[in-house]
Amino acid sequence: MNKTSLENLTRGLFKENPTFVMLLGMCPTLGVSTSAANGLGMGLATAFVLLLSNMGISLVKNIIPDIIRIPSFIVIIASFVTVIEMLMQAYLPQLYAALGIYIPLIVVNCIILGRAEAFASKNNIWQSFLDALGMGLGFTMALTILGSIREILGNGSLFGRSFISEDTPTMLLFIMPPGAFLALAGIIIVVNKLRGVK
Amino acid sequence: MAYMMIFITAIFVNNIILSQFLGICPFLGVSKRISTAVGMGLAVMFVMTLATVVTFLIYYTFLQPYNLKFMTTVTFILVIASLVQMVELIIKKTSPGLYQSLGIFLPLITTNCAVLGIAMLTIQKNYTLLAGICYTLASAMGFTLAIVIFAGIRERLERTEIPQALKGTPIVLISAALLSMAFMGFAGISY
Repeated sequence: MNKTSLENLTRGLFKENPTFVMLLGMCPTLGVSTSAANGLGMGLATAFVLLLSNMGISLVKNIIPDIIRIPSFIVIIASFVTVIEMLMQAYLPQLYAALGIYIPLIVVNCIILGRAEAFASKNNIWQSFLDALGMGLGFTMALTILGSIREILGNGSLFGRSFISEDTPTMLLFIMPPGAFLALAGIIIVVNKLRGVK
Repeated sequence: MAYMMIFITAIFVNNIILSQFLGICPFLGVSKRISTAVGMGLAVMFVMTLATVVTFLIYYTFLQPYNLKFMTTVTFILVIASLVQMVELIIKKTSPGLYQSLGIFLPLITTNCAVLGIAMLTIQKNYTLLAGICYTLASAMGFTLAIVIFAGIRERLERTEIPQALKGTPIVLISAALLSMAFMGFAGISY
């Protein structure tokens, strides 16, 4: 793997992490990260759509007239979202119920349209695949971290496995809506510190 | 009475931004000034109501009778995207004054998940058309209320001394958390 490919792959993981650095796709990030498992599931579903749509758009980028570019991208993305929605409904009904409205809303996740417009419409299929893989995994990682923190603090468990006795009080606030903002704020403070942002 | 309950629940108890997390992007992005926040709120209210009515009619006249429910996502997003474009064109032609104040917000609304989200929730909750409109209007009002209050907080924040580490995004998120906590107080309201 040459240098550009490696860079395209790792960009989404750290330097331009879509959630912690670029602050994209905030709705599902805050909405479904109530537990580590939900975060992971949502991240993987989004990564799946991102991979397929980036590759698909990269394949057809030369046939689509420039003027109807965005609507065409939206249709391609919406089709893949419908695919994952039906697959999840059939094979993972529990997760599907937990994520609810956020599954069809992957369509309007700015990460996906953003990558289509900024990357896949200009690069070949292999590079688009790497870019989507990096961004998708970066998003999944971010959601899982946020979900884990909220689940540990709010419920005293991780991936559904409780590690405290039942009557121990937990910070319930963290699995309620305000906790989403607070936990994300905490993570971003740490990330900014690590990145050396002043 | 049922409509009243839909109204109060959608504005305060299940506030679209602070408890359902739809439309976070404009909430964080377009909330630096109260005046722009009001503009954004009005634009969302207009587009959202229109979008819900149109998608509602399409769903019950085409998608449901012909068993095309799996096409919901594709149809709705296309309808909303073209609707926003159309509204933009019409406002630009008919009232330049309104376009000046609302126009810049319209393109942003296409990717606002609140519009698609509310259109879908209206279908999911099995509302009638009237109840659906009521629900949408109330949700849009909740959106406007939250974003305007938040813009007020941010205007004040600008004049405060903030710890170095919290500057920028963290303090915005922390204020949002506090506002969300305040709205949790409404959770006790029930009829």
